Amino acid sequence: MGYLKLRIDRIFGIRGSALGRRGALARARDIVLLGTAALTLFGCRLDMHVQPKYLPYAATNFFGDGRSERQPVPGTVARGQLRLDELMFTGKENGVVSNRFPFPITRADLERGRERYNIYCTPCHDYTGSGHGMIVQRGFPQPPSYHIQRLRDAPAGHFFEVMTNGFGAMYSYAARIEPADRWRIAAYIRALQLSQDATLQDVPASERAKLTENSAGQSAGSSR
Amino acid sequence: MAQTFHRSTNLLARVSIFGGLLILGGLAFALYEIALSPWYTEQYAVRQQPVPFSHRHHAGELGIDCRYCHTSVEKSSFAGLPPTQTCMTCHSQIWTNSSMLEPVRASYRDNVSLAWTRVNALPDFVYFDHSIHISKGIGCTTCHGSVASMALTYRRGTLYMSWCLNCHRQPEKYVRPRSEVFNPFYRPPSGEEQLALGRKLVKEYKIQTLQYCDTCHR
Ligand code: HEC
Ligand code: HEC
Ligand code: HEC
Ligand code: HEC
Ligand code: HEC
Ligand code: HEC
Repeated sequence: MGYLKLRIDRIFGIRGSALGRRGALARARDIVLLGTAALTLFGCRLDMHVQPKYLPYAATNFFGDGRSERQPVPGTVARGQLRLDELMFTGKENGVVSNRFPFPITRADLERGRERYNIYCTPCHDYTGSGHGMIVQRGFPQPPSYHIQRLRDAPAGHFFEVMTNGFGAMYSYAARIEPADRWRIAAYIRALQLSQDATLQDVPASERAKLTENSAGQSAGSSR
Repeated sequence: MAQTFHRSTNLLARVSIFGGLLILGGLAFALYEIALSPWYTEQYAVRQQPVPFSHRHHAGELGIDCRYCHTSVEKSSFAGLPPTQTCMTCHSQIWTNSSMLEPVRASYRDNVSLAWTRVNALPDFVYFDHSIHISKGIGCTTCHGSVASMALTYRRGTLYMSWCLNCHRQPEKYVRPRSEVFNPFYRPPSGEEQLALGRKLVKEYKIQTLQYCDTCHR
């Protein structure tokens, strides 16, 4: 047993004879070696993990406001940000709110408009545009319904303007929705308005019979 | 010459060899388990945030779409954390007296960004892109877990290389219809059905199995 213990002591240099005989220099060397080994094993792992570059939204102490994202210098225009098309970017033509869309609206545009509307507007204006969205139910001021006469008569550019600049208690959505998508939402709101104000005359003659049939069936059902 | 070692040391040698192997194996296993345990990977760990923001409130109960706040997730690599203005679209009018929201109001007043603590962060040598995953039908909850039930946000995946590759090797196990990508309550069909659906979608969306190192290390 004593033999085994001696072995262990020798190998690991613990206490006793082995270490005692060695000089302070050797001990210092050991510490440096061990330290270097520990650093190579653990310390250097970080050099590729954390690279000297800014990832999106990273904080910095180089600029006064602490943001690595910079605002454009006043008076300059970034590529793709030249906004000369008055109708496209302000909803106005010659300073008057316009009822024209800057590009022809196709079915795909309307579908994109519906998707965007459902993301950004339904929390307050709800899916039909009547203004009873979830956030309104939790105490947000109620917006007007899109189906009041004033908004039915409003030009398409008015909806674009409201989204771009905000309106009363409603904040601007310009930062989150691109101009073309704002026009598509405006087109979808127009579609919503039509859908809530439709009469039998709007239905193609061939489909009308089906509708009257159904509603007759329903009213018969409810009277029973 | 007399034997140096007594016979009984044979046993000692055997025990120490096999015992040593056993201990090494056990250690390796324990290390492996520890490396995958939430304690080490920091899965499920919530972080100190400037405001105790709750996805359960906002995305779950109020039903706000992920893109209302994480605006750039469809078109860029980065999902984006909402600027203070986004919070203020609602909190300028509701819960305006809540002391919990004071940092948000202060941030808006003083034009100083809120410093959210990230819960998902890859090392800088890994390239990741949200937009490709979204457009190929990988849902938020597949990677981030049931965000809509998190009172405070935590990380669901390990974000280890094996975690990414597990899906890159067999995307059919995880892909879902594009229309369901943002649905935080989507339940994938079980077992065989998911595989059948997955194989169909992999073909339809032309999903590749990307395993080349330069996909993620570029
Ligand atoms: C956070 C709630 C909220 C959201 C989200 C919201 N709005 Fe509003 N909106 C309001 C309120 C409140 C008003 C009434 C503002 C007032 O009169 O002070 C309003 C008014 C309007 C009006 C009527 C302006 C007028 O002439 O009376 C339009 C049009 C409108 N919003 C469009 C939109 C569109 C389009 C979206 C989606 C991009 C949207 N809103 C998203 C709250 C919201
Ligand atoms: C679309 C509207 C909307 C947006 C945007 C929004 N919130 Fe809220 N928030 C609410 C509503 C509504 C409640 C109240 C929930 C309830 O009544 O159950 C709430 C509650 C809260 C609460 C709890 C307040 C308390 O005192 O209990 C916090 C904290 C909070 N929100 C933080 C935020 C932060 C941070 C952001 C920005 C990232 C944000 N919210 C964006 C609508 C919103
Ligand atoms: C009302 C705004 C809002 C909505 C809606 C929202 N989030 Fe968030 N999200 C935040 C904020 C603020 C943070 C940062 C604070 C935090 O980590 O809790 C965040 C953080 C996250 C993070 C962690 C980011 C990180 O690595 O630190 C994930 C993942 C996430 N959100 C996913 C989602 C998903 C998925 C949805 C849709 C189901 C969603 N969010 C809807 C505001 C929102
Ligand atoms: C393929 C898996 C995967 C999917 C699907 C996914 N994410 Fe992520 N998400 C990640 C990873 C990985 C990170 C960490 C990225 C980093 O550190 O660079 C992350 C980070 C985030 C962050 C923090 C900010 C950022 O962009 O780094 C948010 C917020 C987020 N995700 C939201 C979402 C939302 C919302 C969806 C659904 C539309 C989604 N994620 C879908 C894997 C995924
Ligand atoms: C749940 C499934 C899933 C997970 C988890 C996942 N991916 Fe992917 N990833 C995909 C799919 C599907 C594609 C699209 C393949 C294609 O191009 O057809 C993809 C594509 C990519 C691409 C290619 C983008 C390009 O522009 O070429 C990168 C990079 C990538 N993933 C990185 C990652 C990283 C890093 C992780 C881990 C943090 C990860 N992914 C986790 C499913 C996943
Ligand atoms: C789907 C994306 C993906 C692919 C493909 C991929 N990796 Fe990785 N790799 C990762 C991620 C994510 C990490 C970070 C894991 C972590 O944080 O622990 C990583 C980490 C590593 C590391 C560890 C670095 C360190 O110091 O921790 C090495 C080495 C590595 N990868 C090599 C490779 C090689 C070699 C290949 C090709 C055979 C490859 N990777 C392919 C995503 C990927």
